[in-house]
Amino acid sequence: MHEVSIIQSMLDIAFDQAESQGANQIHQLNLRVGAISGVVPEALQFAFNSCTEGTIASDAKLEIEWVKAVCYCPQCHAEFTPHDWVYVCPRCERLTHEIRQGRELQLVSLEVS
Amino acid sequence: MCLDCGCSDIPEGIVKIHTHDHLHDHDHTHPHDHEHPHDHHHEHIALDSDRRTIAISQSILSQNDRLAERNHGYFMAKGISVLNVLSSPGAGKTALLERTMTELRDRLKSAIIVGDLATDNDAQRLRRSGAEVIQITTGSVCHLEAEMIAKALQQMHLDGVKLLAIENVGNLVCPAAYDLGENLRVVVFSVTEGEDKPLKYPVMFKTADIVLISKIDLAEVVEFNRELALHNIHQIAPQAKILEISAKTGVGMQDWCQCIEQSLQKSLAV
Repeated sequence: MHEVSIIQSMLDIAFDQAESQGANQIHQLNLRVGAISGVVPEALQFAFNSCTEGTIASDAKLEIEWVKAVCYCPQCHAEFTPHDWVYVCPRCERLTHEIRQGRELQLVSLEVS
Repeated sequence: MCLDCGCSDIPEGIVKIHTHDHLHDHDHTHPHDHEHPHDHHHEHIALDSDRRTIAISQSILSQNDRLAERNHGYFMAKGISVLNVLSSPGAGKTALLERTMTELRDRLKSAIIVGDLATDNDAQRLRRSGAEVIQITTGSVCHLEAEMIAKALQQMHLDGVKLLAIENVGNLVCPAAYDLGENLRVVVFSVTEGEDKPLKYPVMFKTADIVLISKIDLAEVVEFNRELALHNIHQIAPQAKILEISAKTGVGMQDWCQCIEQSLQKSLAV
């Protein structure tokens, strides 16, 4: 369950930013999570609830934007959305490991006051 | 600006309009309109209307990635090739490294960093190979991070060392997300775990440079379907080189050691 580490790293960034901008409370954290980032949204939420207790984000909402995987076929020079974990180009049926999108684990913004 | 009244007062909260100063001590009704030519005074209390957005757009793992890059630079400067060895618990990482370091002992000076939640049992085993070994006990942390490696490096004597193997915490999920600054990611799964391991843990297998099928000496006993396993690995991780190995009998060790030495030459050439 590395979601706790992920949430702690995210809160480190969030608290730094909130403090430097003079905010007293964090109301919402907006997160982008890729389909192949290796984290589970439910586990993130669970970790978030326990890690924020007694902090300026104790009442904050965690908003997760799910980013689907996008692959690239070097033969067709085209991007495609895989249907499952086997990344096979729909045109030439070649397997690829080139990933253009889906590994995201990004803190996009904070809503504070 | 105050969102309720539009005033440019200190934006500390919502507007609370106070009562007027003048008295209304008469009790008749007011059919006429009052005029109020004066400004209302009001105080702000921190509440929802002051909510603002701070744009960040930062990768949550950026701190780890920066430290991993620093580790990588350090390894390059020292001419050390680094393996990050990953598997579920019990796949045979320690046995593999013990044998690998023993086989390479005369040709390469090696060192090992080994991560476990608790105990230094693996470190004690690995020391028998003659390599310098540092044990990281992570407590409850289920993976190694670049910072832990950086700290371990401070305790190591790496002069003359050409190969550093990092035995990660036994876990096929979490360590996938953490770059440690390695040259090669080696994902190990044993024949006893079943042919569909790559299908069950695709995120990890997708990051592999090399997939090692270990305990190949047990393949027959457990009726391991080799063709199916190779097919599954290729489907999920077409980029990975696949090797079959037994640390017990030594099958496949030669190819594996050759692979390591090639990686070392490659990392030195850059």
